[in-house]
Amino acid sequence: MERIPILQMGQFLLVTIQVDMHDRLALALQDDLTNRIVKTQAQGVLIDISALEIVDSFIGRILGNIATMSRILDADTVVVGMQPAVAITLVELGLSLTGVRTAINVEQGMALLRSPFGASPEERDTHAQT
Amino acid sequence: MLKHEVVEARSSADVLVVRQQARAWAVEMGFSLVEQTKIVTAASELARNMVDYGLGGTVELEAIENGSRKGLRLTFTDQGPGISDLDLAMTDGYTTGNGLGLGLSGTKRLMHEFEITSQVGQGTRVMITRWR
Ligand SMILES: Nc1ncnc2c1ncn2[C@@H]1O[C@H](COP(=O)(O)OP(=O)(O)OP(=O)(O)O)[C@@H](O)[C@H]1O
Ligand SMILES: [Mg+2]
Repeated sequence: MERIPILQMGQFLLVTIQVDMHDRLALALQDDLTNRIVKTQAQGVLIDISALEIVDSFIGRILGNIATMSRILDADTVVVGMQPAVAITLVELGLSLTGVRTAINVEQGMALLRSPFGASPEERDTHAQT
Repeated sequence: MLKHEVVEARSSADVLVVRQQARAWAVEMGFSLVEQTKIVTAASELARNMVDYGLGGTVELEAIENGSRKGLRLTFTDQGPGISDLDLAMTDGYTTGNGLGLGLSGTKRLMHEFEITSQVGQGTRVMITRWR
């Protein structure tokens, strides 16, 4: 079966989604990423979705699962490059992507992963409340 | 009616074809990028529901007119188990699978018109329209 490649860059894993994913491909990515985080003890995962033309409830759920899974495995996840039209649609659909950190592009995403507070939304929220 | 096309949706690979066709029609009819994205997302949700819950079905794409207004109408029809409580199914967060329960309610927000009819044991039909 076709797979989405996962690249390793130091302590980080990098995924660029370049194709319109069918559901099984997205589920395979979720499994592959989980295994790779464990195997490489990666500290962060960066997912570039700039080529994705839609994010529906299924892809939204997968992105949420990946973020949750990586947090359990002590890695941060940042989703980068969401197209504006996709973001507008996502909000109207009602998808909140709770727990998923986002950044404008790969550079900012990497900066977020490298920052001392990490990219964990909980830490950020606690920080903002105090 | 200007023209119409029917696409089968039986597997998750077919959902991709539905998305591609919805996009092609939306582009051809001159919808903006944001509108195209809403239409394709709605089509993806309803096609997946048919595959996941409705044992697969068909999607009819039509270019329609109302006076000077042009619209794209998509009709999703399956002969699956049907939905016993439509109000419940339309509630944000309600799912009998392990979804987010946003497909139906979210699709309604993305489109101008949304009509759902369902009969237990007979199947489900969802008709959505977006006007230009
Ligand atoms: N074509 C269908 N045939 C039978 N039941 C359906 C059909 N479409 C939806 N349903 C029922 O309605 C419920 C709600 O559908 P909806 O698309 O809103 O959420 P979901 O598919 O469960 O999750 P999500 O779409 O967020 O991934 C489904 O869980 C299912 O029980
Ligand atoms: Mg659904």
